[in-house]
Amino acid sequence: MLRLAPVLVIGLLTLPVAAGLAMIVLPAFGYLPALGGNAFGLAPWRELFGQPGLGRSAALSLASGLVTPAVALAAVVLFLAAGQNGRLARSVRRLVSPLLAVPHAALGFGLAFLIAPSGLAMRLASPWLTGASQPPDALIVNDPLGFALMAGLILKEMPFLLLMSLAALERLRPEKRVEIARALGYAPTLGWLKTVLPALYPLIRLPVYAVIAYASANVDMALILGPTLPPTLAVSILEWFNDPDLSQRFMASAAAVLQLGVTLSALGIWWLGERLAARLLRPWLTGGGRRRGERTLRAIGRVGLSGASLAAVAALAGLVLFSFAGYWRFPEALPQALTLDHWRRFTPMLGEALSRTAVIALAATLVATLLVLAVLENEHRRNIRPWRALWLLYVPLLVPQIAFLFGLVVAAESVGIGPNLGLVIAGHLLFVLPYVYLSLAEAYRRLDPRWLEIARTLGVSRNAAFWRVRLPLLAAPLATAFAVGLAISIGQYLPTRLLGAGRVETVTTEAVALASGGNRRLISVWALVQAALPLVGFTLAAVLPGRLGATGRTAQTVTKEATLG
Amino acid sequence: MPHRLLFTAGVLTALSLPAFAAAPPAPDPDSWSAVLERAAGQTVYWNAWGGDSRVNRYIDWVAEQMQARFDVDVEHVKLEDTGSAVARVLAEKQAGNEADGSIDALWLNGENFAAMRESDLLFGPFAESLPHFALTRPANNPEVVTDFTLPTDGFESPWGKAQITFYHDSEAPGFSAGRTPPGSMNELLAWARDNPGRFTYPRIPDFTGSTFLKQALIELTGRDEALYQPVAQSDFDSVTAPLWDYLDALHPHLWRQGQSFPASGPRLRTLMSDGELSLAFSFYPTDAAVAVKEYQLPPSVRSYVLDGGTLGNVHFIAIPYNSPHKAGAMALANFLLSPEAQARKQSLDVWGDRTVLDVARLSEDDRALFDAPSDNPALPPAGAFDNTLAEPHPSWTGALQDAWLKRYGVN
Repeated sequence: MLRLAPVLVIGLLTLPVAAGLAMIVLPAFGYLPALGGNAFGLAPWRELFGQPGLGRSAALSLASGLVTPAVALAAVVLFLAAGQNGRLARSVRRLVSPLLAVPHAALGFGLAFLIAPSGLAMRLASPWLTGASQPPDALIVNDPLGFALMAGLILKEMPFLLLMSLAALERLRPEKRVEIARALGYAPTLGWLKTVLPALYPLIRLPVYAVIAYASANVDMALILGPTLPPTLAVSILEWFNDPDLSQRFMASAAAVLQLGVTLSALGIWWLGERLAARLLRPWLTGGGRRRGERTLRAIGRVGLSGASLAAVAALAGLVLFSFAGYWRFPEALPQALTLDHWRRFTPMLGEALSRTAVIALAATLVATLLVLAVLENEHRRNIRPWRALWLLYVPLLVPQIAFLFGLVVAAESVGIGPNLGLVIAGHLLFVLPYVYLSLAEAYRRLDPRWLEIARTLGVSRNAAFWRVRLPLLAAPLATAFAVGLAISIGQYLPTRLLGAGRVETVTTEAVALASGGNRRLISVWALVQAALPLVGFTLAAVLPGRLGATGRTAQTVTKEATLG
Repeated sequence: MPHRLLFTAGVLTALSLPAFAAAPPAPDPDSWSAVLERAAGQTVYWNAWGGDSRVNRYIDWVAEQMQARFDVDVEHVKLEDTGSAVARVLAEKQAGNEADGSIDALWLNGENFAAMRESDLLFGPFAESLPHFALTRPANNPEVVTDFTLPTDGFESPWGKAQITFYHDSEAPGFSAGRTPPGSMNELLAWARDNPGRFTYPRIPDFTGSTFLKQALIELTGRDEALYQPVAQSDFDSVTAPLWDYLDALHPHLWRQGQSFPASGPRLRTLMSDGELSLAFSFYPTDAAVAVKEYQLPPSVRSYVLDGGTLGNVHFIAIPYNSPHKAGAMALANFLLSPEAQARKQSLDVWGDRTVLDVARLSEDDRALFDAPSDNPALPPAGAFDNTLAEPHPSWTGALQDAWLKRYGVN
């Protein structure tokens, strides 16, 4: 049974994606009998390339897919390199888990309100500093070059990359490496960059790729912060799929295929960049430079990530204020009155959405965790190296959601599966499983095998050793991986909406539906609830294993949490 | 024992002739008691825009009533875009799901209706057989049987009325000196020149933004009759030339100099709320008044309609062709037309959406339901909606959107 686990998991993750893609590729070449498309042709592509601003849309998506990971990675790496023992660094690290739990849309709303010309930052500085009694007419949010969008994505992805790096660092003993480098006369930051980074990067490459794929194709944040004339490619695709003119669906399908191409190009360019960087940096690594640039790099490392974390916190503080705000005229720094009305009005709607969200998240995460454990235990028992094909686990993260989910709905319908809760849970599993795997695999493989050997010599069977020795020892990383799974599931919008035909109502679908109504007070309430839910999961994950008397200190630090959803 | 019944029915179906295995025949709307009988116990999935807490609360109330009165379970599927429901029905058709669709009732009008009719995605005719339909007096009120110039042919049932309504903050720049708000498109241009950056409209192809284009076109072109026929039958370029000249002149004076447009109608309200705009508009006449009540707009906001009248239309309830609960959906559509449900919807405390019933000809008791007085100063003045301009043919919407995107879609 256990032997089948990897095959089962890979099938579970790749077949739906393949089926969804197939159902998109056919209409992209003109085949869609329900709309009278019975012959293959290139008309959808001609129409697509005739769309005004298509090149810009695609270029924006590509740029966002490359700039976001580059900046986020640089900030994280420099932060780690600049030494991590200051008080500031410690508090930034403590902030990271909560920030990770905040869904993209919630952070997007908060950031938009923070930096807009009439936003929180401007209100705090006006009129005493700026002299403005009216908000300036400046294009900051939704700027044509997508800077606001990239800033939002960077804020959201930095915590993810930081935690992935911290987990990987456990294995590398960075202190030892830096110590040796220092003994050879290298300044500490440079020493870290030259001795730790080359070993670290291969370990976090996959998370970086996930960030690239997400940044090039995301919808949640692009709708809020992204440019509008034209919007990013993913947003255009969503609009075309939802266009009342049904013939647009041919073009929308072609555009979804194009999005896949853009994302793959971003990944390809990054991969080439890796090669190039490795070659170009070799002289720098081995050239023996011990001091040059130390100060600048250290300064960036200290300021970059901390500043970004503070911005994220300020963005969330704005949401909290708005959820209690009465009328709030510019440039007043605080609302004229505070009220509980918004929270009160929303509570009756909360119950059902909350329980649905919990059921879906728990079910998807439970299944994902069991499958991941089966895969890992199989690997352990057969004493094999991580199977190379496990790369395929990341297919749902690397293929843009928008490129295959619309097709997946058609595919599910064709085999007679209508929208229901089970289908939504299965859809969430596609995205939850890879993250649970990402969170758990390292801790699992690193658990000292001698514990299990001792158990076996005491006459405990393999299965009993798994349940009675391994699982308790892994309690902390398991709990964290579980919390990661919950957070991913809670943040899912498109799969919930499409596979459930909107019948399956979660906190996230409610939040997005309300967002279209533009009532910022109500949006704030929902965004905060949406952000609070995964936070509960993370808090429990941090507290429970300790309470249950489990050990596994190393494991606890090895894997933390991940959200990209 | 519903399970046993189901089982028996299944066995019988399996054993019987193939003709019986097909979908059950649609309920006949002309036999209303039979419809209600069929409806009892059904669950109706009602797909309706869910972006407004007022609308959502009203729909919750409707669901309670339907449960209590007709034993029909109404589930509100909250859409952020009606197009996604149209896409869903299409996906089902594509997959050969002819009788067990996921949508039973749909709130729509205009382009979405035209598209669904054209692809045969709707069930009907049913609307004119609904018992309450007569209360709309269709003979006197043709707008309840016409959707963007297309006859509804009984494929959708009227639900509410919308009309472009402008609102301004009387204490914001541009008005604080006592200036009266612009009453026509040309006055709007003059006002925008004097007050740069204080007005804008939603980005095309947003519904509210497209409506603004049509409003401007109706006012600026002298060629009205062309707008009420398919766009292919007229010279699009010459009819719309005055519109583009106008927008070319207007855009530099808009919010963000027209380099960016807000995403939706509700976003205009948020920008008013933030003090970035002094003047905005909505398709929902009571929008500003309710927003004042909910702290989103300052109490100094006032609503009005342009001097020459503004574009208005009726929105509808339709039933997809593959809905498995058509009887329940019809019972719902009929209840929504009841004087009680219509009056409650129109009340400012609930939603503020105008009724489609011919109130003057209702019975005295029913008429009294609509008499709730309101003294909210942000409401449009009485009689503001006497002059309603009709929607152009739906093909104009798409053509205008495409042309706008070509001209202004890339900055």
